[in-house]
Amino acid sequence: MTALDTARPRRRSFLIDNPSVMIFIAALGVFTVVATVLSEGFGVGLLSTSLVKTLGKTLCLCMIAIAMDLVWGYCGILSLGHFAFFGLGGYMIGMWLMYARTETIVIESLANAPLPPTEQEIIDAIGVQIFGVVGSSDFPWIWAFADSLAIQLALVVLVPGLLALVFGWLAFRSRVTGVYLSILTQAMTLALSLYLFQNDSGLRGNNGLSGLQNLPGLDETPQSIVSIWFLWASALALALTYLFAAWLVSGKFGSVVQAIRDDEARVRFLGYPVEGFKLFVFTLTAVIAGIAGALYYPQAGIINPAELAPIASIYLAVWVAIGGRGRLYGAVIGAAVVSLLSTWFTGGRAPDIPLGFYTVQWVDWWQVLLGIGFVCVTLFAPKGLGGLVDLFVDTKRLAQRRPETSAAELASPRPQPSEN
Amino acid sequence: MSDGAFMISPRWRWFGVACSALFFVLAFTATGAAQSIGPVQAILQEHRAVLEKSSRKTVGPVIDALGDSGLERAPLVLEAWQARNLYQRTEDGLFFIGEERGGTNRLIDVDSGDDVGEITRDTAKQLRPNGGVRRVIGSALVRFQLNAPDPADREAALQAIDRNPEEVHLAALGASIDAESDPTLRSRKQRMLRLLEIRFEKDEAARVAAIESFRGDIGVDVRAALNPLVATRLEVVAGEPPVTRNVARVLAPGSAELPRDVAYSALVDAGLATARIDREAIKSALVANIVDGSVGGALVAELDTDAARDAAYAQLANDGLAPRALSEADVDQALSAHTFFLSYSERSSAVTEAAEAVLSSINLSLGAAQGADLLLDGLSLASIYFLAAIGLAITFGVMGVINMAHGEFIMMGAYTGYVVQLFVPDYTLSLIIALPLAFAVTFGAGVALERTVIRWLYHRPLETLLATFGVSIALQQLAKNIFGTQARPLTAPDWLDGAMVINDVVSISYIRIAIFVLALLFLALFLLIMKRTRLGLEVRAVTQNPKMAASMGINPDRINMLTFGFGSGIAGVAGVAIGLFAQVTSELGQQYIVQSFMTVVVGGVGNIWGALAGATMIGGLQKAIEWLNPSNTLAAQTYMILFVILFIQFRPRGMIALTGRAAEA
Repeated sequence: MTALDTARPRRRSFLIDNPSVMIFIAALGVFTVVATVLSEGFGVGLLSTSLVKTLGKTLCLCMIAIAMDLVWGYCGILSLGHFAFFGLGGYMIGMWLMYARTETIVIESLANAPLPPTEQEIIDAIGVQIFGVVGSSDFPWIWAFADSLAIQLALVVLVPGLLALVFGWLAFRSRVTGVYLSILTQAMTLALSLYLFQNDSGLRGNNGLSGLQNLPGLDETPQSIVSIWFLWASALALALTYLFAAWLVSGKFGSVVQAIRDDEARVRFLGYPVEGFKLFVFTLTAVIAGIAGALYYPQAGIINPAELAPIASIYLAVWVAIGGRGRLYGAVIGAAVVSLLSTWFTGGRAPDIPLGFYTVQWVDWWQVLLGIGFVCVTLFAPKGLGGLVDLFVDTKRLAQRRPETSAAELASPRPQPSEN
Repeated sequence: MSDGAFMISPRWRWFGVACSALFFVLAFTATGAAQSIGPVQAILQEHRAVLEKSSRKTVGPVIDALGDSGLERAPLVLEAWQARNLYQRTEDGLFFIGEERGGTNRLIDVDSGDDVGEITRDTAKQLRPNGGVRRVIGSALVRFQLNAPDPADREAALQAIDRNPEEVHLAALGASIDAESDPTLRSRKQRMLRLLEIRFEKDEAARVAAIESFRGDIGVDVRAALNPLVATRLEVVAGEPPVTRNVARVLAPGSAELPRDVAYSALVDAGLATARIDREAIKSALVANIVDGSVGGALVAELDTDAARDAAYAQLANDGLAPRALSEADVDQALSAHTFFLSYSERSSAVTEAAEAVLSSINLSLGAAQGADLLLDGLSLASIYFLAAIGLAITFGVMGVINMAHGEFIMMGAYTGYVVQLFVPDYTLSLIIALPLAFAVTFGAGVALERTVIRWLYHRPLETLLATFGVSIALQQLAKNIFGTQARPLTAPDWLDGAMVINDVVSISYIRIAIFVLALLFLALFLLIMKRTRLGLEVRAVTQNPKMAASMGINPDRINMLTFGFGSGIAGVAGVAIGLFAQVTSELGQQYIVQSFMTVVVGGVGNIWGALAGATMIGGLQKAIEWLNPSNTLAAQTYMILFVILFIQFRPRGMIALTGRAAEA
C-alpha cells in the first residue's frame, strides 16, 4: 500500500495489487500436482501414503495458521485457544464418520439375525459399539444429529463459530485485552480439553474418536486413493482460505483491523466499533480453524482431548511467529516448515550427530533447538522467515525504481506489529 | 540271713507295707505330677473329643467351660490353642502347652506350668484348629484380655471387639469397666459398651438410651452401629402390611421412589404376579415359531418394527403358541391390589425411630465437620496455588512480564531438591539444604533469563510471552534429557509424614500444614522486603515510574534483574514444596502454570494481596466444586475455569484491582 497505489482509482482486482496471492496459489497447485504424480494412489509411488497424509495434514495446519495470522498478525489478538476450534471441528466430523461407519458394520452383522432388526435395535447396537469403551451404551444428546452428514458438516462451522462468538462477545465486551485475553483463551482451551477428558462428556473421554480414516461406504477404496482425495480437498480449502483472507485484509476492512492492532484506542475514537471488528475476526478465524480441523482429523485417523491441550495452541503461535506474522504467506511458511521439521526430527529419521563424548539424538534435542530458535526469532527477527522475502523484493525494487521513491519507501516502513 | 528272712518280724512286715505304699506313691508322682488331673486338664479331658476334632460349630461348650471356669490359666490354654500351640500326649491323651525351652520344644502342664518332657513326633500330637475355630477362640479370649494387667492388651481387646462385635462381649465388657484404672481406656470401654448395647441389648429402653446417647456424635463406629438398624428392604403384600413388620414407609407404585417397572418386577419376584413379556421375550418367541419364513401371519422380513412384532406376537398368543402379553391395565390392576412398603429388619419400632432421629442429628454435625474439612482442604490447596503463584505475582504482577517459563522454574526447584537428596541421604538435612539451594539455582536462572531475553522485550509484552514459552519448551526437554521421563521421588522427612487427625472426618496431613506455613512465611517475607527494605522501595519506584526512578539515581536495569530473580527464586522454593507431595517430572510446572496465571489474574495484578485472594478463591472454589461432584476432579477443574472466565467479565482487573494511575501503567 504505497502512496502510489492509493492515488489511483481502485478499480483493479485485488489480485493484481497482491501478486503474492497468485504466486502462492500457483505454487500450491504445482505442489498438489507433483504430490499426486509422485503418490502411490495415482502416480509413480515415490511418496508413501503416510507421507501423502502428512502433507495433507500440513496443508490443514497451514490453514489454521492463516486463521491465527488473521487474528494475531492482523488484528493483534494473541489467541492461545484456536486449536480448541480446530479440535471441535475435528470432533464434529468425527462423530459422523464414526457413527456412519459403525452403522454399516452393525447392519452387516445383524443381517444374518433371524428377525430383521428394528431401528431401535440398530441404534442400540451402534451405541454399544461406540460407547462400550467408556462403560455406557446410550447416545448422549450431542450425538442427536450424528447420523446426518449435512448437519454435522454444518456443525463443523457452527459449533466453533458459536463458541468463539459467545467467548469473544464476553471477552471483548468487557475490554479484556493483551496478555489477559491470551491467558483467558488459554483457560478456555484447557477447560474444554479437561471437559472432553471425562468419560461422561459424551465424546468417549480420553479414548477420543478413532478409525476416522475409514470413510463410510468406501471400504473398497484403498487409503492411498483416499489420502490423495484429502490432499486435494485440503489444498483447495487452503487456496480458498488464502484467497479469502488476502481479499479481506487488502480492503478497507483489513485496514481497520490492522489499525486496531496498532492503536485500538485511536480507532475507537475515530468512531469504529472496535469490539464488532474484533468479534468478527475472532469468530471468522474460529470457523476457518474448525473447517481445517474437519479436514485434518480424517487424515490423522484419531482425535482425542490431548489435541486440544493449551500447548497445541501455543505451538500454533510459534509457527506463525517463526513464519512471520502480519503476512499470510509467512504463516503458511512457518506452519509448513516447523511442523514438517518437527515430524522429521521427532520421527527418528534425522541423523544423529556424534560429538565423540556425546551423541546428539534429534528426538531428544529437537525441542530444545526449537525452543531456543524460537527465542532467537522473537529477539532478533520479529518478521520471521517471511522477512527473507522482504529482503529479496526490496532489493529488486531498489534496482527497478528511481532512488527517490525507494528512499521514501524505506523512510516509512510498514508499521511493525506491536501490541500494548 | 535266712534266719532273718525266715522269721519276719512284725516290724519288717510293716516296713514292707510301708515300702510298697511308698512305691505306689513314688510311682504316682514319678509319672508326673500332671497325672494328678488339675482343674483345667479336667475340663479339657471332659471335652476331649471336641478338642481332637474341632469345628467352629462344636467348640462352643469347651470354650464356654474354660471361660466360665474363672481359672487363672484358662486364658493361657485358649491362647495356646488359638496359636496352634496345644499338644496332646500320645500315651495318655492328656493336653499340654508347647513351649520352647533351652532349644527344644517342651510339653508344659496346663495347670501347673511344669515342664514334663520333650515334644517329638512320637510323644505328642499338635492340635490344629482351623481358621473358624481360631476366630471363635479369639473372641472368647477378648473377655480375658479386657481385664489383662497390660493396658496394651486391654486396648487390643477393645480393637478386637471393634472389628468384630459379638453378643458375648456385652457382659464381659460391662464387667470390666469398674476395674479399669486407665481413664482413657475406661471412657473407650464405656463408649464401646454403649455401641454393643445398640447392637445386642435385649432391653428396649436401655437400647434406645444407648442410641440417644450418641446424638451428634460423628464417629465412624457410631454410624456403623446405627446404619444397620435403619436399613430397609422393599416388601410387597396383598392388602395391608402385617403388624409383625416394622414398616418404615408405604410406597406408591409409579412414584419417583418406586417406578412402575421396579414395583411390578418386585411383584414378580415375590411370586405375586407373572412376568411381563418384554421385547426380548417377544423376539425369542417369534424366532422360535418361524415356519417357512413367516410367523404369526406376517413375513419375517416385515418384522422390522416393534408394532409389526407386537401384532405378530398377539397372533401367536391367539393361536396358543405363546403366553398372552399383559396389557397396561392388567399391570395397573396387579399393582393396585398390593401394598408396597419399606420395612426395617429391626423389629422394634422404638429402636428404629430413635436410630433415625439420632442419625439425622449425626448427619447434621457430620455436615458441619465435612464443611470444616472442606475448608481445610481448600485452604491447603489455596496455599499451594499461592506458593506457585507468588513468584508470578512478582514477575507478572509487579513487573508486567509474562513468564511462561515460570512453571519450569518450579520444576527446576523440585529437581534441585531431588538432586540434593541423591547426595544427602538424611531427609531433614537435605530439605534444609534444598530450600535455599533451590532459591539460589532458580534465582540465577531467572537473572540469566532476564539479562538475555526479557530485558529486550519490555515494550513488547506479547512477545515476552512467546519468547519465554520458547524457553519453557527448551527447559522442559532439557529436564527430560537429563532426568528421564519417569517420575523422580522427593521424599519428605519422617516428621512430615502422617496427618493431624481432629476427628473421624476432619484431618490434615502435616505436609499440607508445612506448605501452609511456608506460604505464610513467604507472604511475610515479601511484605517485609517490599515495605521495609531499600530494595523494596526501589522496586516500587521502578514499577510506578521507571524514568522518574532512574532520574532519582535508581538503576532500573538492576532492579528489574533482581525483582525477576527474586520471583523466580520463590518459584524454585515452591517447587521443592510441591515436589514433596507431587511426583517430580519434567511436566510438573505445566500443571501449575495455567492455575497460577488464573490466580494472579483473578486476584488482581500488581498486588500480593490480590494473589492471596485469588489463590484462596480458586483453591476454595475447586474444592467446593469437587465436593459437589466428588467423583470427578476433571469436571471440577473445568467448571472452575469456566467460572474464572465469567468472573473476569465482571471484574476484568481482578478481585483487588489497582486504581488510578498505577492501573494504566
